[in-house]
Amino acid sequence: MKKTGKKTRISRRVENLAPSGIRAFFDLVLGMKDVISLGVGEPDFVTPWHIREQAVFSLEKGDTTYTSNKGMPELRQEISRFLHHRYGLKYDPHEEALITVGVSEGLDLAARALLNPGDKVLVPEPSYVSYAPVVELAGGKAVRLRTTLENGFKITPKDITRAVTKGTRAMMINYPCNPTGASYSREELLEIAKTVKKHNLLVFSDEVYDELTYDFDHTPLSSLPGMRDRIIYFNGFSKSYAMTGFRLGYACGPKDVIGAMTKIHQYTMLCAPITGQIAAREALRNGARAVAEMKREYKRRRRFIVDSLNELGLPCHLPEGAFYVFPSIKDTGIPSLEFAKNLLTKKKVALVPGVAFGKSAEGFIRISYASSFDNLKEAVRRIDEFLKGK
Amino acid sequence: MDEILEILTNDARITPEEIAKLTGKTPAAIRKAISKYEKDGTIVKYKTVVDYDKIRDNSSFVRALIEVSIDPQKDVGFDNVAERIYSFPEVSSCYLVSGDYDLLVVVEGESLQTVSNFVASKLSPMGGIRSTKTHFMLKKYKEDGHILRKSKGPKRLSISY
Repeated sequence: MKKTGKKTRISRRVENLAPSGIRAFFDLVLGMKDVISLGVGEPDFVTPWHIREQAVFSLEKGDTTYTSNKGMPELRQEISRFLHHRYGLKYDPHEEALITVGVSEGLDLAARALLNPGDKVLVPEPSYVSYAPVVELAGGKAVRLRTTLENGFKITPKDITRAVTKGTRAMMINYPCNPTGASYSREELLEIAKTVKKHNLLVFSDEVYDELTYDFDHTPLSSLPGMRDRIIYFNGFSKSYAMTGFRLGYACGPKDVIGAMTKIHQYTMLCAPITGQIAAREALRNGARAVAEMKREYKRRRRFIVDSLNELGLPCHLPEGAFYVFPSIKDTGIPSLEFAKNLLTKKKVALVPGVAFGKSAEGFIRISYASSFDNLKEAVRRIDEFLKGK
Repeated sequence: MDEILEILTNDARITPEEIAKLTGKTPAAIRKAISKYEKDGTIVKYKTVVDYDKIRDNSSFVRALIEVSIDPQKDVGFDNVAERIYSFPEVSSCYLVSGDYDLLVVVEGESLQTVSNFVASKLSPMGGIRSTKTHFMLKKYKEDGHILRKSKGPKRLSISY
C-alpha cells in the first residue's frame, strides 16, 4: 500500500488508486477552441430520432417514476428476446438480467458482488481505463494481461495460463476493444474458453461494441458450450445506438450473480433512469436500420483512416471492430503523451496517448474515427504536416 | 457499386481517390464505374444544395407548388400536357400524383409577381388544363435529406475515453 506523506481524509483505497496521468492533458484539450478531435470515445451520430422521440413522448405522458430495481420488465423481456434472436443466448428476463446505469455501473456491481479482498482478476492491457480501478475499488487485485501489436492486441490462451496464479478468480475481456479495436473470431474464442474452463475463471465480458464488428460475425463468449455459467455478459446502448448520455446498459448472467448485483444496485442506485429504459426499449425494437447505417459509415472511415495512417508512416493494423485505431508512433521516438501534446498545440488535433490505457501501451496513440469524413481528412493532413516538421 | 452512388449523393465533389479509400477499391475502378454511370444516365447530374436564405438581399427567388388539374385528352392522357408544362424553363419539377389533382408542378421565379404572371399567362390558359391552385413556398425546413436550419445541438466533449 502506498504511504502518503501527510494525513488525508480520503479513504486508503481511493488514495491508492493510480491517478490519471492524462487528466491535465484532457483539461488542455477541453480548454481549446476549434480543435479537430480524434480523441472522442463516443459516436458522432445523434441518437436516432425515433428513439429520442419515444423518450420525449414518455416525458410528456409523465413517465418519471422509479422502475423496478431490476429494470422495467418490458425492457428485460425485450433484451432477452433480442439476445435470443441475435445470438441464440437464453437469459431469463426475470432472474438473469439487470438494467444498469451504463455498462460502467454493471462492471462495478459485478466486481463488488463477486470479489473478496485480495482476489486477483486478469485485466488486459491496453484496455479501457475503468477495468483495473473497478477491480481495486472492490478490494480485488488487478493483474495485467499484456496484449501486443504482434498478436493483434488479442488475449491468447498462453498469456492467460502464464498470468494465472493461486487466487486468480476472474478475467476481464472487452471485445471489440477500446482502445485497440481488436476482436475475436469464434474459433479464437473457443480456444480462450478452453483455457478459462481449465483455470476455472469467471469472465466479465464487456461486449458493448459488438454491433460494430466489420469483418466477421460477433460471437458472445457466453454462447459457447459450457461457458454460460461463468460469464457475466455486459452490453449497452451507448455505442450501437449512440445513446451515451442516456446512461443505460445491462448485465446478463447466472441467477446467483445477477441476484447479488441486484442486491447492491437496489441500495446504491435503486434503478436505472426510466427515460433511458424507455428509449432503450425503442432502440431494440426498431433500431436495426439505424445501426446498420452507422456501421456502414464507420466501416468506410475505418478503411480510410488505416490506409491514410500507414501511408503517413504510422504502422496501423486493421482493427476488427469498435471505432478506434491504435497506430504505433515508436518510429518517431517521442513518448505518446508528448506526441499528443505537441500535435495538439502545434496543429490543433486531439487524440489520446496510448499510455492512458496502460504502461505497455506507450509508443501508441488511439485515434477515434467517430468523426465526419471531412474531419478525418483534415486531421490526416495536419498529422502529415506535423510528422514532416512543418 | 451502389456504394459509390451513395457516397456521391452525399458529396458530389469527392474525388475518386477518396472514394477508393472509403471503399477499398482502386481509383481506376472507381473512375471506370463513375464514367459508366454518367454515360448510361444513372448519374444524371451533379448538384450543389444551397441555403438561399443565407444569401443577403436575396429577395429575388420565389418558389411555388402548383396543383394542376387536367382534362385528359383522348389517346393522349396526361403525358402530353405534362410535357408542354415541363418544357417551360420556369418549371423546375413536374410530377404526376394521385389524389385531388393530377400534376404537381414546381415553379421558380424572381418574385411573387413573376410566378403569378407565369401561372396566369402561360399555365392556366394551356389547352387541357382545367384548373390550377398555387401555393407559394414560405420557408424551407428540409430538402434532399438535409435539414437547413439546424439548431446548434449539444456538442460532444472533445476528448473522452
